[in-house]
Amino acid sequence: MTGRSAANAAPTQRPLAETRAPSDPGIDPCPAVSDAVHRTTCYMCACRCGIKVHIKDGQVRYIQGDRDHPVNRGVICGKGSAGIMQHLSPARLRKPLLRTGARGAGEFREIEWDEALAIATQRLARIRAGDPKRLAFFTGRDQSQSLTGWWAAQFGTPNFAAHGGFCSVNMAVAGFTTIGGSFWEFGEPDWEHTRYFMLFGVAEDHDSNPIKIGLGKLKARGVKVVSVNPCRTGYSAIADEWIGIRPGTDGLFVLAIIHELLKAGRIDLDYLIAHTNAHHLIIRDAGAADDGLFLRDPEGHVLGWDRAQGRAADAGAADLRPALTGTYEVDGRACTPAFQLIAERYLDQAYSPDAVAACCGIAADTIRRIAAELANVAFEQAIELPVAWTDCSGRRHASMRGRPLAMHAMRGISAHSNGFHTCRAIHLLQVLLGTVDVPGGFRFKPPYPKPPPAGAKPCGKGGGRPDTPLAGMPLGMITAPEDLLVDAQGAPERIDKAYSWEAPFAAHGLLHTVIANAARRDPYRIDTLFLYMANVAWNSAMNTTQTISMLTEKDASGAYKIPFVIYSDAYFSETVPYADLVLPDTTYLERHDCISLLDRPISQADGPGDAIRVPVVTPDRDVRPFQSVLLDLSARLGLPGMVDADGRPKYRDYADYMVRHERTPGLGPLAGWRGENGDAFGKGAPNPDQLERYITNGGFWHHALTAEQKYYKMANRAYLDFAVAMGFLATPTPTVFQLYAEPLQRFRLAARGHGAVLPPAPQREAIARYFDPLPIWYAPFEEEAIDKAAYPLHAVTQRPMHMYHSWGAQNAWLRQITSQNRLFVHGATAARLGLDDDDWVWIESHHGKVKGQIRIVEGVNPDTVWTWNAIGRRRGAGMLDHDAPEATRGFLLNHAIADLLPPDAAGRRRLNADPVTGQAAWFDLRVRLRKCAAAELAQSAPQLPPLKPPPGTAPNPRSLGFGAHFRARAGETTP
Amino acid sequence: MHPTFSIIFFTAAAGAGYGLLAVLGILAAVGQLPPDRILGLASLGIALALIAGGLVSSTFHLGRPERAWRALSQWRSSWLSREGIASLFTFVPTGLFAIGWLVCARTDGIVALAGVAMTAAAVITVAATGMIYASLKPIAQWNTRFTVPAYLIFALMTGTVLLDAVLALLDRPDRAVTMAALIAIGLGWIWKRATWRHNDGIAPAVTLNSATGLKGGEVRSIEWPHTEENYLLKEMGYRIARKHAARLRVLAQLFAFALPLVATAAALLTAPTLAKAASVIAVLAQAPGILIERWLFFAEARHTVTLYYGLDAAARR
Amino acid sequence: MTDLPAATDRKLGLVIDLDTCVGCQACVTSCKEWNSGGSMAPLTDLNPYGAQAHGVWFNRVHAYEHGCTDGGRTVHFPRSCLHCATPACVTVCPTGASYKRAADGIVLIDDDKCIGCQLCSWACPYGARELDPIEGVMKKCTLCVDRIYNDNLEPEDRVPACVAACPTGARHFGDLGDASSPVSRLVRERGGVDLMPELGYGPVNKYLPPRPRAAGTLQAPAQALAPADPAGGFLGWVDRLLSD
Ligand SMILES: Nc1nc2c(c(=O)[nH]1)N[C@H]1C(S)=C(S)[C@@H](COP(=O)(O)OP(=O)(O)OC[C@H]3O[C@@H](n4cnc5c(=O)[nH]c(N)nc54)[C@H](O)[C@@H]3O)O[C@H]1N2
Ligand SMILES: Nc1nc2c(c(=O)[nH]1)N[C@H]1C(S)=C(S)[C@@H](COP(=O)(O)OP(=O)(O)OC[C@H]3O[C@@H](n4cnc5c(=O)[nH]c(N)nc54)[C@H](O)[C@@H]3O)O[C@H]1N2
Ligand code: SF4
Ligand code: SF4
Ligand code: SF4
Ligand code: SF4
Ligand code: SF4
Ligand SMILES: [Mo]
Repeated sequence: MTGRSAANAAPTQRPLAETRAPSDPGIDPCPAVSDAVHRTTCYMCACRCGIKVHIKDGQVRYIQGDRDHPVNRGVICGKGSAGIMQHLSPARLRKPLLRTGARGAGEFREIEWDEALAIATQRLARIRAGDPKRLAFFTGRDQSQSLTGWWAAQFGTPNFAAHGGFCSVNMAVAGFTTIGGSFWEFGEPDWEHTRYFMLFGVAEDHDSNPIKIGLGKLKARGVKVVSVNPCRTGYSAIADEWIGIRPGTDGLFVLAIIHELLKAGRIDLDYLIAHTNAHHLIIRDAGAADDGLFLRDPEGHVLGWDRAQGRAADAGAADLRPALTGTYEVDGRACTPAFQLIAERYLDQAYSPDAVAACCGIAADTIRRIAAELANVAFEQAIELPVAWTDCSGRRHASMRGRPLAMHAMRGISAHSNGFHTCRAIHLLQVLLGTVDVPGGFRFKPPYPKPPPAGAKPCGKGGGRPDTPLAGMPLGMITAPEDLLVDAQGAPERIDKAYSWEAPFAAHGLLHTVIANAARRDPYRIDTLFLYMANVAWNSAMNTTQTISMLTEKDASGAYKIPFVIYSDAYFSETVPYADLVLPDTTYLERHDCISLLDRPISQADGPGDAIRVPVVTPDRDVRPFQSVLLDLSARLGLPGMVDADGRPKYRDYADYMVRHERTPGLGPLAGWRGENGDAFGKGAPNPDQLERYITNGGFWHHALTAEQKYYKMANRAYLDFAVAMGFLATPTPTVFQLYAEPLQRFRLAARGHGAVLPPAPQREAIARYFDPLPIWYAPFEEEAIDKAAYPLHAVTQRPMHMYHSWGAQNAWLRQITSQNRLFVHGATAARLGLDDDDWVWIESHHGKVKGQIRIVEGVNPDTVWTWNAIGRRRGAGMLDHDAPEATRGFLLNHAIADLLPPDAAGRRRLNADPVTGQAAWFDLRVRLRKCAAAELAQSAPQLPPLKPPPGTAPNPRSLGFGAHFRARAGETTP
Repeated sequence: MHPTFSIIFFTAAAGAGYGLLAVLGILAAVGQLPPDRILGLASLGIALALIAGGLVSSTFHLGRPERAWRALSQWRSSWLSREGIASLFTFVPTGLFAIGWLVCARTDGIVALAGVAMTAAAVITVAATGMIYASLKPIAQWNTRFTVPAYLIFALMTGTVLLDAVLALLDRPDRAVTMAALIAIGLGWIWKRATWRHNDGIAPAVTLNSATGLKGGEVRSIEWPHTEENYLLKEMGYRIARKHAARLRVLAQLFAFALPLVATAAALLTAPTLAKAASVIAVLAQAPGILIERWLFFAEARHTVTLYYGLDAAARR
Repeated sequence: MTDLPAATDRKLGLVIDLDTCVGCQACVTSCKEWNSGGSMAPLTDLNPYGAQAHGVWFNRVHAYEHGCTDGGRTVHFPRSCLHCATPACVTVCPTGASYKRAADGIVLIDDDKCIGCQLCSWACPYGARELDPIEGVMKKCTLCVDRIYNDNLEPEDRVPACVAACPTGARHFGDLGDASSPVSRLVRERGGVDLMPELGYGPVNKYLPPRPRAAGTLQAPAQALAPADPAGGFLGWVDRLLSD
């Protein structure tokens, strides 16, 4: 079973017709390439491409993209192609480490695995028997969250999360609450059919290769690509139109477009009635406990106003001819369709292009033109796919109406304190134009869409009980104050304060607050911080310098405020020296992994899929795959579900778990080849040969939807039945897009004093303001809290396409491309500040300052400066020489990014985060630039003390001649 | 271009050596070379020493010196190959000439004939050296009609100045040779200044627009493919500040031309004892002078690859 | 022999689309990776984990800003050997190590013959040749001569590593000597250009310039949207639409 056709298969990209080699004594045209080729999944980033790893003499010779793989279709990116050097990096950890000196001093003793696991087990067992929540388990760039989350649940601690909270939870929650799916990696543009593509705040994204493949195809078809982005690099560089917006103002820009569309009546009313809650009646009864909630009948059906019968009726009824406007009286209560509220709000002149132009830094005419172009594509250029389908209420449609307008958005939207509402605004725009999951539009990837809020509720209320698993997974989606994880006083129950009044919709947890909270023992003290794959002492920390020191803070009794830190990394990162116990992981070529539908699968809009990683080389070090170690620990702890009745380990290792684990009967980590003889997929009994079947298929499983199932998944009978069969949905219920988000209104009502669970007084005003059930725009918090004139510039970061966060620096090839990051400054701005190319500047925020070297460019919003993310490393990290440019000239902007906002009038310091989701507001940063005095060192700052290499590390080689031996042999072995 | 000492020394020293041989050959041809063994030993010895030293030094520049012999194979297309062959071939007439002079103590007749051949070979060798540089289109400052004559003129100039000193030291001053030296130095000076004027006025044939195919409007390098210097930048990206270059040009002229000119003139006009000193001074001054001139020859040469790195635009790095 | 073939049976080369290249560096590292074990191996890296790390690469991607008329743009520019028709890098070579193949026009270095004199790197205007300081020999793009004819690879893989890798499909490969070949057609359609034509090296590789910023297939509507219903306003319009 293969995915889509190979990407680079144009006639201009094919082999020569005649491939017989001309005779030439100078060169061997046909060297033997490899002894074996293994197909597995890349992990040089989170894109999960299929790779073919060529092995020669037991060594990795070459890694290519897998042509048959649905994600990358044969292509491979700059990182993936440098996998060999990641795998051979001298920064690899080689043995478990136990801290011997002071924490952070980097003094370690190498220990055996048994000792390491015994230490961990003893500690964790004590915690579990006493108070499980004293274990905080956070897993960063984790592709096995369905295991790690379940492990936390079985352990009984609510304190679990991965990286989502500082990554893009704004996108996830805004999407799930609005359309039951999301951008990020859970949806994709209809690359084949779209005729207009609009990109908001994306430099790279998780779908690294699919987006590039798609853009290439759009270019080939001459489709217009518009990129809204303060920086003109990468994708924006090849866009037909670059809109250099001022950071944090996309919400206004989008709402102004909506204003134009509404004014002109250029919206898809049929689509709204068929797929959204636009016609759902909303109670308008100021002061009432249900004001702003949907009007429901006694059975709980939401009601709409039937114009035919002139009365309220089940809004979901197929034959309903609902009103979208007006005010109606039902049982003596005034109510209006949600759409009336939408129209009223966005038709207001406050959202007119002229009103927002200056704030966005975009000409009003440009906004009007874009609105007109969008309308033109959606309506004048509508397409019909000759595919008959049946909707959820049984109506047969002869063809599929398409609106060939696709949008995609990521962290440029999410990494702001107004990101949640901005992302909702973009979804509102998509839906008003009828472009979600239609041909040519934005498409869901199964298992999405799911009826909002698209997820179970988080468990762990009360904070967990001794030796008892949680009732379910620690993370999930909430819809009402009752779901919050807060105590009677409204105080947080999770160490990261997720699902508290500070961040009610923190569906991915708040990894970026854990260290600070744990060190402040707020809301309570923890015993052990257990980290996996997150460089929290560096590039994923806000307020980095202090965060690092918090890891070593001691209390009056001289004990560490964070008593014990266990960390699993594969490399010597900035975080390793701050662990008490280090569990060295393998590299991605040395382990099994499972990219599961229960987590973040490799599904495409054309069909669900999942994949595995298999070991293609055996470690030359005493390291173990983290997931297997976790299962080993759970067996030693006797965690329910992970041991047999007689207490023996239930799973040999992760590979065994991948095959035999069942979350619910028939539903396991891998969906392909289930059932005793592997003829089932989705649901089915475990299949002992499952891994073999995956391996023979190239390490992935992909199911192609039928033509009829491919679009309108929110209301497509054929798809919904399939989703139920797969276990994506319990029942074939359609997804109704929630333009008006009732759950937000529930929090508002609580802020007004209604309901059982009420926000503490100081938080009420904020909750009332930010839990608006319709998208709003407000200035990013930092901008409001500081003196704008004193810090006139926005500062943001971008992903370099060839680097993955901090990992790239330990790669001999990738670091040659970028071992120093510059601060890119607009020419006019530089001139105004008297700055020249290559000048060194202080980049000062209200919180801290960083020193770096500038590069003048024209392709950037003049009020914005930017740099490449996570290039700067701490001296000694990644096992680089101390004079490595990453440390001497590279800089990490994070030192200047605050985790808390400046104190407000009442002296309270709010999180530098989105008030709805708690998403870290990395890109709200405001700075000023100060030219360094000539006398100052041409060296970046801050310069933290160098890290001491772990025991048993050899000095770095002065030169690298990798590959020579392959060639020598190649010569001999050819005929 | 990066000024590599091994090459600078090679071109300067071998140039002087071949120049000296050439002058000796000419003198023999016109019957002006006294068949004095000591003189022969001294002059031929010095010439051959300079040539040998130069050739040895040039191999330091090779990545695989042990394979140097291969460089003789491509005479049909490669000026470097031709230079190598010519330089080795020169040893044949030079050998015969040496036997005639040092063994038979004769510099006339067939020995003179050998001398003529020696001169021709030496001139060809130096011309070939010049062609190596003159034929490189990517380097506008070299790819001019000035380059080959410059190598020939400087070879003859340094050769003559050397011979003049040798003659003086052996108490056989020869006014004709001194005059020749005087003229050669003058010519050299004029030629160098003309070359510099020409090079300073060169309008770059290639721009970053044509190097990237991006037509119209300025093209600015905003990011290199690598943040640290690589081979291309080390070898071809060598930059020298205008001020610095100007200063070195003055020094080059002072030592390579001005001082030798004055000294040689003095030698012509003053008493033998002073003349000796003067002609030796001329040599001692010209040696560093020519090395500086050659250093600048490389340092001031711009390779088209620097365009890609925006090195000619607003100073980067 | 460093004499140039009078003509070559084929002119194999690359066509690079500057309109589509996003500067992702995939062609750069995939080239490095393939060739590190290929017929020019190794591609030595100096000081790989320290300051001044620099190694041999056959393909490098620059970033430029072009102050062109339509508002200026950022252009990513991959640079590798152009397998020129009349390249001085070959004729200057004293050893015959550097040569151009009569059969397919590929310019190669026989590193068993190379003495590392570096003259060819001076003679290449495009900076396509890099010295391996440890091996003491010159190295450069081979047009993946050890892939395109390699019957140890699956047929589909017999294309240059960089072409196979390029995620946006901005790289193309074929016979530019054959006017009817797909690459030749592509070059004609897109007005492909030579780099530094003034120097007369006759580069075989072609570059497709960025397209003028058109509105794509879209005929951009002349002026802004008109009000739905000047009289009843938007809501009135909605009512009229629904009250059929
Ligand atoms: N200024 C600024 N800061 C940011 C961002 C930004 O845009 N700007 N982005 C934020 C976002 S979205 C994210 S997701 C975070 C990412 O920040 P991090 O989650 O810290 O990401 P990495 O740098 O990848 O660190 C992950 C750690 O995993 C280790 N690792 C690599 N491979 C393996 C392996 O196979 N096994 C194990 N066990 N460990 C491994 C690495 O050595 C590294 O220490 O950064 C955040 N920080
Ligand atoms: N090569 C590579 N790929 C990666 C990663 C990596 O480190 N390297 N990291 C992975 C991870 S963890 C994540 S989360 C994704 C993130 O992928 P992206 O969403 O592409 O994240 P960023 O690179 O932070 O890009 C943010 C973009 O938003 C722009 N921007 C900033 N503020 C605003 C704004 O207010 N409005 C608009 N419109 N744009 C704005 C920035 O200029 C930048 O181009 O990438 C993933 N893929
Ligand atoms: S995009 Fe990510 S997963 Fe895909 S090849 Fe590149 S590094 Fe590997
Ligand atoms: S791989 Fe393609 S898109 Fe990426 S830099 Fe190379 S040519 Fe450009
Ligand atoms: S690009 Fe340079 S190396 Fe390649 S053939 Fe042309 S001149 Fe020679
Ligand atoms: S470096 Fe090698 S290939 Fe280049 S000219 Fe010299 S010998 Fe020829
Ligand atoms: S053709 Fe091969 S050698 Fe040349 S640049 Fe592409 S990958 Fe590198
Ligand atoms: Mo992320």
